[in-house]
Amino acid sequence: MPGKVTTMRDAVADLVRDGDTVAIEGFTHLIGFSAGHEIIRQRKRDLTLARMTPDVIYDQMIAAGVARKLIFSWLGNPGVGGLNAIRRRIEPASVGDGTALEVEEYSHFGMVARYTAGAANLPFMPLRSYFETDLPAANPLIREIRSPYSEETVYAVPPLNPDVTVVHAQRADVAGNTQVWGLLGCQKEAAFAAERVIVVVEELVDEAVIRADPNRTIIPGLIVDAVVVEPFGAHPSYVQGAYDRDNRFYLDWDPISRDEAATQAWLRDWVYGLDGRAAYVEKLGDAHLASLRPGSAPSGSVDYGTYA
Amino acid sequence: MTGVADDVAFSKSEMMIVAAARELAGQRVCFVGVGLPNIAVNLAKRTVAPDMELVYEAGVFGARPARLPLSIGDPTIVTGATAVVSMFELFAFYLQRGLVDVGFLGAAQIDRFGNINTTVIGDYAAPRTRLPGSGGACEIAINARNVFVIMRQSSRSFVERIDFRTSPGNLGGAEQADAIRRAGGWQGRGPSVVVTDLGIWHFDETGEMRLDSLHPGATLDEVRETIAWDPKISPSLSPTPAPTADELRLVREELDPEGIYTK
Repeated sequence: MPGKVTTMRDAVADLVRDGDTVAIEGFTHLIGFSAGHEIIRQRKRDLTLARMTPDVIYDQMIAAGVARKLIFSWLGNPGVGGLNAIRRRIEPASVGDGTALEVEEYSHFGMVARYTAGAANLPFMPLRSYFETDLPAANPLIREIRSPYSEETVYAVPPLNPDVTVVHAQRADVAGNTQVWGLLGCQKEAAFAAERVIVVVEELVDEAVIRADPNRTIIPGLIVDAVVVEPFGAHPSYVQGAYDRDNRFYLDWDPISRDEAATQAWLRDWVYGLDGRAAYVEKLGDAHLASLRPGSAPSGSVDYGTYA
Repeated sequence: MTGVADDVAFSKSEMMIVAAARELAGQRVCFVGVGLPNIAVNLAKRTVAPDMELVYEAGVFGARPARLPLSIGDPTIVTGATAVVSMFELFAFYLQRGLVDVGFLGAAQIDRFGNINTTVIGDYAAPRTRLPGSGGACEIAINARNVFVIMRQSSRSFVERIDFRTSPGNLGGAEQADAIRRAGGWQGRGPSVVVTDLGIWHFDETGEMRLDSLHPGATLDEVRETIAWDPKISPSLSPTPAPTADELRLVREELDPEGIYTK
């Protein structure tokens, strides 16, 4: 295989280790479901999972037993309700004698600030959040600090440096130069903050395609360890311009995840029982995937000019 | 159905959405959430606030969603927008910088001073019910110039004491809250309105919510039964004008054609 292009199986086997802190980012858009499923399939253990919105993918991963801890800022099935498998690991009435999931929670800006501090090699990031809330008491890593320049106080959050960050994107070249359009979330910050980076793309393109539109590059190949080409790898979440959210699945996950046996059966049918995303895509079927395709809205093009 | 406008029946949810939209008259920049706020804000843009800019926390300024977003990160908020920005820019340059006039919040619990809980019911370390948490709510509460709350009334949610303060409102009262906001450099002035399925509450000079308007079909008994404290009722309490046929048409035909939030 040329450059950094590899399979999901090899990327996860080589780059994700038991006990790692793993961030699969993407703010309800471009969620790396295929990477999450491979982590489940390889039965990784004791992970700390970081993500602003854990979403259905972390509900599945935590149901599968890969994680001991969750770092997050908003815990829900977006537009649908709660994350039931995760709640079963948090609420004492459900945890019973089992092992509770350790949680460390922030606000959205707090999580973004943590990745930004991690990416910029700073010891903390200040922000005007958390005043008069119970969040600093719930999470002692959120600390009040005095400005060195005035009498003002602000709150600080520590850097978050994942061992591995996974980003799903529309396209990259073999060197890992990665382009995204649509919502950008905090993928750039999470990638620069990480020790190792896996990029999963809908499409592998020539370097010339990247160089023709450098403003669209959010992650340079410089910090990328593996490029995995997996069309529909973000299903059932959205990829701008490529496919819509499979909203039926998000709705169906609610009753499935309320029942532990149904949850484990789903994992058997759609994760353990398949050898990768290609098999998952085949199982979904072409007609179903075609129904998720949005209409077309191309951008105009800009002229970068030549300056020889 | 709660009442009849121009011979058209409407639901409590529709009244709540229409009332919230009208409160947005004259506002310039609004930080939108999914669900009820999204419908209210998009209705306001088509009626009382045509120049309003819609900001979504996923990183969009000047959104023009063509459909009801399925989640806060729906690509429909991107196509046709003025700008897509990183979430750092959204929270730092737009919200913390003070460019947002109105931010919408929902609540699992709210107290008389507009302090909000969306984190846990019960003890934090051993919760009876684990709720979503802050998301961007605590930032909106602190740094949006005005906070609008939209939620249904029930004595389980309008409580004397919230279990966890996720988002600060008027704290223990207006005087204390104003002093703390000034000293802390907050951009926000705190909560300004709570729109419910029964009426419209504004905050009086003490920082406590006061019922100023009662929706058609709702009664004061109903209001008192769905609130855990003895609420302040404005001496000049007025009836909320029923939704117009045009407002109902926009909600039903354009904004929530499947009736997901308005039934």
